[in-house]
Amino acid sequence: MSSVTLKSITKSFKTVQAVKELSLDIQKGEFFTFLGPSGCGKTTTLRMIAGFYYPTTGSIFFGDREMTKVAPEKRNTGMVFQNYALFPHMTVFENVAFGLKVRKLASAEVKKRVEEALAKVRLDAFTKRQVSQLSGGQQQRVALARSLVIQPEILLLDEPLSNLDARLRDEMRTEILRLQRDYGITTIYVTHDQIEALSMSDRIAVFNAGECQQIGTPKEIYNEPANDFVASFIGETNLIPVQLEGREGGTLQFSWVEDNSKKLMAERPAAFSEEELLSVSIRPEAVEVFEEPPVNLQNVYEGTIELAQFTGASLNLFISLGGKVVQAMVLNTMAHPEPEPGDRVWVRLPEFRVRVVPRVMEPKEGRRIS
Amino acid sequence: MKNRDHRFTLLLLIPVVLVLVAYVLYPSLRTLIESFQNKEGWSGGNYADFFGSESRSNLQALWNSVYISLLSVFFSALIGVPLAFIFNKYEFPGRSFFSSAAILPIVLPSLVGVMAFMFLYGESGLVPNAIKDLFGLTNIPFKIGGVSGILIVHAYTMYVYFYMTVSSTIRSIDPSLEEAAYNLGAGRLTVFTKVTLPLLTPAIVGASLLVFMTSMASFSAPFLLAGGFRVLSLQIYFSKVNGNLSMAATQSVILSIVSISFLLFMRWYQNRRDYRMATKGIGAHRSEIKNPFLKGLMVAVGVVGVIILLLPHMTILILSLVPDGTWTYQTYPSVFNGENYLFLFTEPKIWDPVRNSLILAFLATLGNLVFGVLTSYVLVKRKFVGKNMLDIMVMLPWALPATVVGMNLVLAFNESSVFTFGHILVGTFWILPLAYFIRHIPLVVRSTNATLEQLDDSLEEAARNLGAKWFYLFRRVVLPLVMPGVMAGTLLAFVEAVGEFPTSVLLYTLGNRPISIEIMNQLRMFNMGQAAAYGMIQISLIGLVLFISNKFFGIKAERSL
Ligand SMILES: Nc1ncnc2c1ncn2[C@@H]1O[C@H](COP(=O)(O)OP(=O)(O)O)[C@@H](O)[C@H]1O
Ligand SMILES: [Mg+2]
Repeated sequence: MSSVTLKSITKSFKTVQAVKELSLDIQKGEFFTFLGPSGCGKTTTLRMIAGFYYPTTGSIFFGDREMTKVAPEKRNTGMVFQNYALFPHMTVFENVAFGLKVRKLASAEVKKRVEEALAKVRLDAFTKRQVSQLSGGQQQRVALARSLVIQPEILLLDEPLSNLDARLRDEMRTEILRLQRDYGITTIYVTHDQIEALSMSDRIAVFNAGECQQIGTPKEIYNEPANDFVASFIGETNLIPVQLEGREGGTLQFSWVEDNSKKLMAERPAAFSEEELLSVSIRPEAVEVFEEPPVNLQNVYEGTIELAQFTGASLNLFISLGGKVVQAMVLNTMAHPEPEPGDRVWVRLPEFRVRVVPRVMEPKEGRRIS
Repeated sequence: MKNRDHRFTLLLLIPVVLVLVAYVLYPSLRTLIESFQNKEGWSGGNYADFFGSESRSNLQALWNSVYISLLSVFFSALIGVPLAFIFNKYEFPGRSFFSSAAILPIVLPSLVGVMAFMFLYGESGLVPNAIKDLFGLTNIPFKIGGVSGILIVHAYTMYVYFYMTVSSTIRSIDPSLEEAAYNLGAGRLTVFTKVTLPLLTPAIVGASLLVFMTSMASFSAPFLLAGGFRVLSLQIYFSKVNGNLSMAATQSVILSIVSISFLLFMRWYQNRRDYRMATKGIGAHRSEIKNPFLKGLMVAVGVVGVIILLLPHMTILILSLVPDGTWTYQTYPSVFNGENYLFLFTEPKIWDPVRNSLILAFLATLGNLVFGVLTSYVLVKRKFVGKNMLDIMVMLPWALPATVVGMNLVLAFNESSVFTFGHILVGTFWILPLAYFIRHIPLVVRSTNATLEQLDDSLEEAARNLGAKWFYLFRRVVLPLVMPGVMAGTLLAFVEAVGEFPTSVLLYTLGNRPISIEIMNQLRMFNMGQAAAYGMIQISLIGLVLFISNKFFGIKAERSL
């Protein structure tokens, strides 16, 4: 087991810069996740850690050993590929035994360890099978066993669940977590699925376009996003472009960019500098909806319900505040009358729940400005 | 609805089955029957003769065929497999040019190729004589002929099978398999022997069987180069020429048994060892060669290789410019002009074979087109009992050596039969188009199958749903979509028919003698120039067809060879 340190790593392919100036510190035994949309450089980073690519600039350390240019077979990492990469000409046993045979272990020892590993992933009944005769979930577990059996210093998983159907995915999520806790192994997990990232990780690094946007625990990432990209990529959110008007103690005063007459108070800003463009982010579940104008409250705006979606546990309301549509999630309390499109309502964005973030995306489009 | 569908399938099946029974199955059976006849009637005497002690020559020929084929497999693999690796795993300047040049031997019809090798490396060949003069030797340093000649020609033409199958397998191997092995700590050698090689085994075995079958059937090379050396395909021809049809039939049956058992073995093996890759990876990463010395070496080897590969083509081109009678006792030809080509277009006697070949090939290919599309459609898109049988019948002409196909036709149609509407076909114009047609049934059906299989059934259903009748939707939906594949296969069948030698030599008449027969005649009269000019026509036709397929249909036609 080992910690992993990336020191300002850059990787360029012919025309694209897949990873830009990335620095990371991953602790021993940590479950660390790379999260980001597809094409943002997660796989490239993982492959640099496994040694399949060498960084264009920067360096990689396992513990205090420099690994930047060490060949992949000398790194002792266990990688689980997105498509499992099981050897089709070998049985389950032979697949799992491959790494041990390469290490020239005695065959009795190989047998013992392989059987242990297969038992750990609950496949002890399938040793003799050809891998093509296994279901997707079983193949996944063979791949896991194969990389765990060599007792790697670091376990690397590249979107391991993306080829499974929804049910199996839930099952394997707990399975992977259980194995990781069992072995206590440093794990780097690549995914574009925010639920996976939030539910499994000790810490998450959010990537976009080759750059790391934020590193933090799932709670930090969700509750205190560093910018509007992180806020909107993880979970649903409403983003309202604002400009700073002044501050009063810990409270900041803003006005809407789209409508100067609308004012907004906020208590929980992210780090930002004076020159940056700003937005506020507020999660739908934090938005409060009233049928009558509330008294003595701030950040209240009048609006009309445009659409009401029933999702079972809750109701998603899309409320138009004079041009700007805000999404609110209210619990299903079976209240009568139910909110309906066309209803006049008052919306409150509680000042202790709005998060002020630097704007790195164009509003609406979801693309970056710079 | 169900019933109507069944009836319709039956309607489509009738012509297909009829043609196959009449022209594939029946002639094969005729040969089988003939092999069990002698003057008194039914007997196994021919087989006793074949394996008997009096006529050693037959057994010797069988053994020669087998060992030449085994050696051909070995040498072809020796060239083809490493080439496939170098061109698909490494990146260096000129790689893509060299890799396309590697399939050059395909552009050479077998007879023309053998001819080129004779003039290049034979007794009075240009290369040995050039070396002799260059180094002032008293004798030529080497020459090919007999076994060595056959083997070199086989290796030159057949390594392409290895090259193409192994290349495409290398490209289809998910690169993450090798990466997974590295990740588990395996070094280069282990990865190669434990992962890469086992994954390539099916391709290598497949190519080996193919090369074995092809060289068992090979006719042109032994015909021109064997000298006194006997192989089975040639024995059939000699028996026929000597009028011993029963022995020719017996020899055909034995050669067919060897070929067909290999075909069956190949089918069985491929079904057993089919490692379907879980997902196609990003495609093989080619590692760039950085070491300048190695890079230079690769390029040099590539250039030399291309020159060797191109020499036969160049030889034919140069020879075609040598007028008759100007190159007799001299070591090198000295006069060059376009006389041979001029004759082609001015002398009817010289032009006739070209015209014959084009007409014969056109008729045969037209048949292949119609029959191929119909058969392929029935095989791929319709359900019926006995589909496997039909499939095997369609592939039969591919497994049968060309000489055997020719013999089958001789034996079946030198008498009148219901399948020829009471006519005797042997000795008429029509026997050759029929022979070419039969030979190329599998080619057109296979290339059409490949495109039809990719055609989603729902397209047909959508057309039905919109009210289209079968013929309309076939014409407006199915045909346009499969046309590229069909045309690629058909054009290839056309050029193959233009170059076809083994069946031609068994079945031609004075009136319909095709190019390949005339090449043989010109060689006999030592008119190399005219023979080469004919060869150039064939080479240009094949080149043109490959170019058209690639450019207009976006199809690598050479794949379906
Ligand atoms: N071998 C390669 N050659 C060229 N470009 C590559 C290669 N691998 C990845 N890229 C590019 O680098 C970028 C990041 O890719 P990747 O790391 O695979 O993204 P992710 O795994 O986050 O989806 C993409 O734009 C991709 O096209
Ligand atoms: Mg990826």
